[in-house]
Amino acid sequence: MSEPKKVQGDLILSNITKSFGDFVAVDDLSLRIEQGSFFALLGPSGCGKTTTLRMMAGLEEPTSGKICIGDTDITDTKPYDRPVNTVFQNYALFPHLTIHENVAFGLRRRGVKEIDPAVEKVLNLVELAHLKNRKPSQLSGGQQQRIALARAIVNKPALLLLDEPLGALDLKLRRQMQIELKWIQTEVGITFVHVTHDQEEAMTMADTVAVMNNGKIEQMGSPADLYENPKTVFVANFLGQSNFIDGTLESSDGASVVANIQGTRITFPKARNNASGKDLKVGIRPEKFRLHSAGDSVNGNVLTGGIITDISFFGVSTQYLVEMAWKQELMVFEQNDGGAPDLEKGDAVTLSWEPQFTFALDANSN
Amino acid sequence: MSRWFSRNLIRIYTGAALLFILLPIFYTIAFSFNDTEKRNISWQGFTIRAWLNPCEPIGICEALGNSFKVGITATVVATILGTMIAFALGRYDFKGRGTTNLLIFLPMATPEVVLGASLLSMFINVGLGTGLIPVIISHIMFCISFVVVTVKARIASLDPKLEEAARDLYANEWETFRRITLPLVAPGIAAAALLAFALSFDDFIITNFNSGTVDTFPEYVWTAALRGVPPQANVIGTMMFIIALVLVFAGQIFTKKREAKK
Repeated sequence: MSEPKKVQGDLILSNITKSFGDFVAVDDLSLRIEQGSFFALLGPSGCGKTTTLRMMAGLEEPTSGKICIGDTDITDTKPYDRPVNTVFQNYALFPHLTIHENVAFGLRRRGVKEIDPAVEKVLNLVELAHLKNRKPSQLSGGQQQRIALARAIVNKPALLLLDEPLGALDLKLRRQMQIELKWIQTEVGITFVHVTHDQEEAMTMADTVAVMNNGKIEQMGSPADLYENPKTVFVANFLGQSNFIDGTLESSDGASVVANIQGTRITFPKARNNASGKDLKVGIRPEKFRLHSAGDSVNGNVLTGGIITDISFFGVSTQYLVEMAWKQELMVFEQNDGGAPDLEKGDAVTLSWEPQFTFALDANSN
Repeated sequence: MSRWFSRNLIRIYTGAALLFILLPIFYTIAFSFNDTEKRNISWQGFTIRAWLNPCEPIGICEALGNSFKVGITATVVATILGTMIAFALGRYDFKGRGTTNLLIFLPMATPEVVLGASLLSMFINVGLGTGLIPVIISHIMFCISFVVVTVKARIASLDPKLEEAARDLYANEWETFRRITLPLVAPGIAAAALLAFALSFDDFIITNFNSGTVDTFPEYVWTAALRGVPPQANVIGTMMFIIALVLVFAGQIFTKKREAKK
């Protein structure tokens, strides 16, 4: 029943570790999430992202480490004493209570007066006020999702946690809810922490994305940052697709780097070199390549001697597989805007790309 | 003809099944109006005399009272204990959980005759002797098994995420139990209680071993069968049937009304 203290500020996780027996789910994780931001924890299943979220909610106790909101340490606070609410995967709406009572639940437990107007207001925000007397089972998946959100934000928590909230919805509804969630977050100004394995979902909604793998954060940054300049192969492959070509560093002067990939010399900005040694994995996203007929003169970084082995039409773009002289197949996306030459399977082609779209990782990184 | 038969097969089957189930009950009801003093076997003519004096045969209402005493006490105690055991088994992992799970099934698996005889010697050895108290204790014992099985099934179907959601929404442990867990498990507990009462009310074998000089209703009917069961036994049987029907209908109307109100 106790009213949670007015707690606010950045969410700070310091050296959080969680082990289940011998298995380390979350491994010495430290994180700062700015107040009012939309933060996404992205990773494959089993990477520890849900465990991290559950520790923020208080449903799981960290084996070691500290969780704070602003100056307030909430590590040992019970879930019902934290200013944190959760939108659960599959929503966990109370089946025996009406929509109105579901949304009012948290307010009633805290002994808030004036419950009905608050419930009414939040139901209007999610545009479902007309369903307040229904039971959860009488609602569609998308409606249940919005009620779960309303039930959480009506409490005006310092922190809202979303555990794969859109996982159970179909693609079209998911897209719509992504936009709506983002809009609601801006509207209420609460810190959102969103856990998902869907990279597109994380990138569309979040201001900051942290990619998690094996209980650790691989890389954290803005969606564009993570996509354009991944620091590990895992991040590069988890967010979209990448071509990796083995190479060696030749020289590094001023702002740019010269590397040799399979006998061809290329350059790229020094800021894009994330490798510490001389042996490199050079990454180029498929949509950064331009295709040219063999023999055309081209600018930028150039790879010659490719043969088209496969063409798939995707609608907005066409995917080409190009086999290079060193027997590696590279993937190329060309927009279907008439810019690319008419090419057929078996044609000899030259690939080019802008140097700033290159990124380099250590050859032995994975 | 055969087309008609195949088209109506499901109706014929349903009719036959209903007849099979309901005929004995109909027979019980009809013979509560039989104009007979003792042997209620062949139809002698219609009368409502037995309905006007249901307690007329010596001992019948006393036996019925005993059955209610035993049934209600056993149901209340077994439902409370059984529900607690079901929560422990369904929710917590503890040493001896597997063994407890197995032992709970034993009273259901043991032949009642053996159970009754063993209980009798136990009660005599511990100095409790025979009577209503030993009967109540043994009824609690076998009812618990059924309560545990019924309630456990309901708990297993309960999503633990709902309780987490309640705790996340500022409900402490007690409020979570009262507002979420209990209401959701309640139908299972109610079903278990009804089952326990029916089993206790109906029990003859274990009761007969341990009741000594007192009689419960089944024991009364059994004893009376030697000289002829009076039609009042049918009256009481019919009343029980009507009470059960009324309870079921009242329950349905109550839930419908409550849903309509919201």
